[in-house]
Amino acid sequence: MKEEFKVISQLVEENSRVLDVGCGDGILMEYLSKNKVVDVRGLEISKEKVKKCLSNGLAVVEGNAEHDLKQFPDLSFDYVILSQTLQAFMSPEKVIKDLLRVGKKVIVTIPNFGHWKVRVDLLFKGEMPITKNLPYEWYNTPNLHMCTIQDFYNFCNNKGINIFKTISLNGQKTSKITSSNLKFKNLISELGIFLLEK
Amino acid sequence: MGNFGKMKSITIKRPLKLDCGKEISNFPLAYETYGNLNEKKDNAILIFHALTGDQFASGINPVTNKEGWWNYAVGPGKAFDTDKFFVICANVIGGCMGSYGPGTIDPLTNKPIGTNFPVITINDMVNAQYNLLDHFKIEKLFAVAGGSMGGMQVLQFVSNFPNKAKVALPIACTASHSAQNIAFNELGRQAIMSDINWKDGLYDGQTNNPDKGLAVARMAAHITYLSKKGLQEKFGRNLQERSDLKFGFDADFQIESYLRYQGSVFVDRFDANSYLYITRAMDYFDLTKQYGGNLSKAFKESKTKFFIISFTSDWLYPTSENKDIVIALNAIGADVGFVEIKTDKGHDSFLLDVPDFLSTIKNYLNTIYFK
Repeated sequence: MKEEFKVISQLVEENSRVLDVGCGDGILMEYLSKNKVVDVRGLEISKEKVKKCLSNGLAVVEGNAEHDLKQFPDLSFDYVILSQTLQAFMSPEKVIKDLLRVGKKVIVTIPNFGHWKVRVDLLFKGEMPITKNLPYEWYNTPNLHMCTIQDFYNFCNNKGINIFKTISLNGQKTSKITSSNLKFKNLISELGIFLLEK
Repeated sequence: MGNFGKMKSITIKRPLKLDCGKEISNFPLAYETYGNLNEKKDNAILIFHALTGDQFASGINPVTNKEGWWNYAVGPGKAFDTDKFFVICANVIGGCMGSYGPGTIDPLTNKPIGTNFPVITINDMVNAQYNLLDHFKIEKLFAVAGGSMGGMQVLQFVSNFPNKAKVALPIACTASHSAQNIAFNELGRQAIMSDINWKDGLYDGQTNNPDKGLAVARMAAHITYLSKKGLQEKFGRNLQERSDLKFGFDADFQIESYLRYQGSVFVDRFDANSYLYITRAMDYFDLTKQYGGNLSKAFKESKTKFFIISFTSDWLYPTSENKDIVIALNAIGADVGFVEIKTDKGHDSFLLDVPDFLSTIKNYLNTIYFK
């Protein structure tokens, strides 16, 4: 069980309706339905992963978040979760807007391009960084729109999106991110976890 | 046809008001079952057949002596595992395998009812089959499932009886028969009706049946069940038992010979009038319209879990139409899963050995049932 999923699960209230966008193998969905939530749905683009989810009895629909979120009515879920997927979309801004339309609250996690290892790689090696969360070469990466925790934080502020909570994840360690420690956390966090509302 | 003696059937005494306005009662519904109904009676799956199917989903069909139409999917250890589940499958009304249909002998005339049979709908078929729940004293089915026209019956069943099935599996189907679907069905009907032996549907069912028309209808339909790629790979331009073109109208190509064969074996087991009635029922199917243009309303009262499956190479009931059902269900927050299975086998995929398809259904049903 990924530490990230434990943090996400702590943000979700019991007995709520959750949509996991890009739910992958459904590990988070299963964890949530066992530990927290009565009603959890998934949207996933990979046929193989959808079949795996369905084989486990999970309510997962094959689809692409960039086109298929529109079928969900406004505020039809208490939480919409997007785990480490935002950077793979053609237009992340549009997706975020849709997530905030469908969910009363939205949880987004960002693999942090501002982490010091990433910066060191680029600075000293002069090559595109390859890390645990970003394991691809520049020529085969699905990640089209990388950003840092600070970038996403600024994006939310500029777009008038309310940030309820921001959590830094570094290895197994979690800590709060606030406007005063943002620059530092942006340097040491591998992952940023945001709880948002329109 | 013969060997009807080996068929199980119930007589539905209660009058059934049909969509056309007529009422029928005291009519037979032929069915078959596989596996055992458990004591709690919570392991029953009602399977609906497609246009040319019948109640013999699994094992050997005692009338045709061929494998049941869903033998890949239904049986011990299979997707619909009859070691665990009790599978019921009935012949639709309008059909020709023992249920009330145009081939049923009218006791007054001692002749087949023929085109005096009322026009029936998918809704009528489903309402007739609902009587099987009473017959087996089943309060709630574990699942309803079917492909193509069987899938349409699944959708109709859930909308008519919102909480009588825990799980619904509509496969390779649509909520509203498209113009293209209607066009192909009309082609088949015209082939039958232009056969000189059809006689306005009042042929005697013994000799001189409209076999040629029915065979052509089957040949045309068969093409729509396959994909272009599938046909090309299986037959290409291969010649049939000859090394050169014969400059005539015999079956030079394997694909011609194959279609002719499909047509000729079909007429041995199917009634031309049944073909007319059942294709008509499919054409009339428009669940969206039944609910005032809003398909979501069809499922609003239901807590049924849906698992919808389409196939990449199915151009008769394409993924987009299956997805419309998913969208309607998501719009009301229903519990729905959906996957498009990758295959070259066209619409027929649901009847064939497509391992991904069969294993996903098997795992899904087992997980939900034993959870």
